[in-house]
Amino acid sequence: MTADLTSPLAGWTDRLAALAPALTVSEVPFRSQLTVRVSDPGAVAAMGSALGVVFPSVPCTFTAGEGEFGAVEVLWLGPDEFLVVAAPGLQVPIEEVLRGALGDFRGSVVDTSAQRTTLALEGPHVRDVLAHGCSVDLHPAAAPVGVCVQTLLARTGIVLLVTGEDRVMLLVRSSFAEYLAAWLSDACAEYRAVA
Amino acid sequence: MQLIPCPWCGPREEAEFHYGGQAHVAYPEDPSALTDEEWAQYVFFRDNPSGPFAERWSHSAGCRRWFNAVRDTRSHDLLAVYRAGEPMPEVAS
Ligand SMILES: [Zn+2]
Repeated sequence: MTADLTSPLAGWTDRLAALAPALTVSEVPFRSQLTVRVSDPGAVAAMGSALGVVFPSVPCTFTAGEGEFGAVEVLWLGPDEFLVVAAPGLQVPIEEVLRGALGDFRGSVVDTSAQRTTLALEGPHVRDVLAHGCSVDLHPAAAPVGVCVQTLLARTGIVLLVTGEDRVMLLVRSSFAEYLAAWLSDACAEYRAVA
Repeated sequence: MQLIPCPWCGPREEAEFHYGGQAHVAYPEDPSALTDEEWAQYVFFRDNPSGPFAERWSHSAGCRRWFNAVRDTRSHDLLAVYRAGEPMPEVAS
């Protein structure tokens, strides 16, 4: 018998919801995530057309598109490294398609879905709250929509995606998720008082 | 807080980086031909200048790439950063 899936922040649903209206926070669990190492431009393009999304060519950005696997995001993690993110349960077919696109080129496609969970943050204070623990400049002029940075938030490694003017997605390692949720709750305190 | 300019990610906080020692220390072409003293020189002995010093750094909490930087050891100013494999740029000291 297979054990039921329990997301890293399953026990935090109510506490995160209570941060509204200062910040709307919710976990987006179990998303399909594949770490792709590839440098050949032809293989990168082939992977992009297989998924219906052009892989990002600019460091510290992400791209989004729609294709055979629905909405897919591709995150730049390094000069030859990407993270492909899609809806839950698609990691096996996406891995097959990406390996097919890689062909004989040197590279790798690895299912890392269990490594991280995702937090969706939204609200007028989202950049202010994150600035309490993040040294990256999150002003809209420096971090516009489309930015994807790997950095430290309250000393925890995160991937931060700016998905809207007041919207951010955080990818955090599953074992650090509860610590980050606790830190977020604390960082929101002063914004809840005035809300 | 010192900012270190990663050649890929741009300026980031020093806490995101790990230090990797002197840059451009080539692995011996024929290690077995080295005497014990020469091997010890390769493994343990490094320059210790007062002034510009080419070093390896890793952006370990970011893009996790190794790169090289020229740092002035007197002021801790980073005079130049460049990607692995690129030649060391000229710097004014
Ligand atoms: Zn970097």
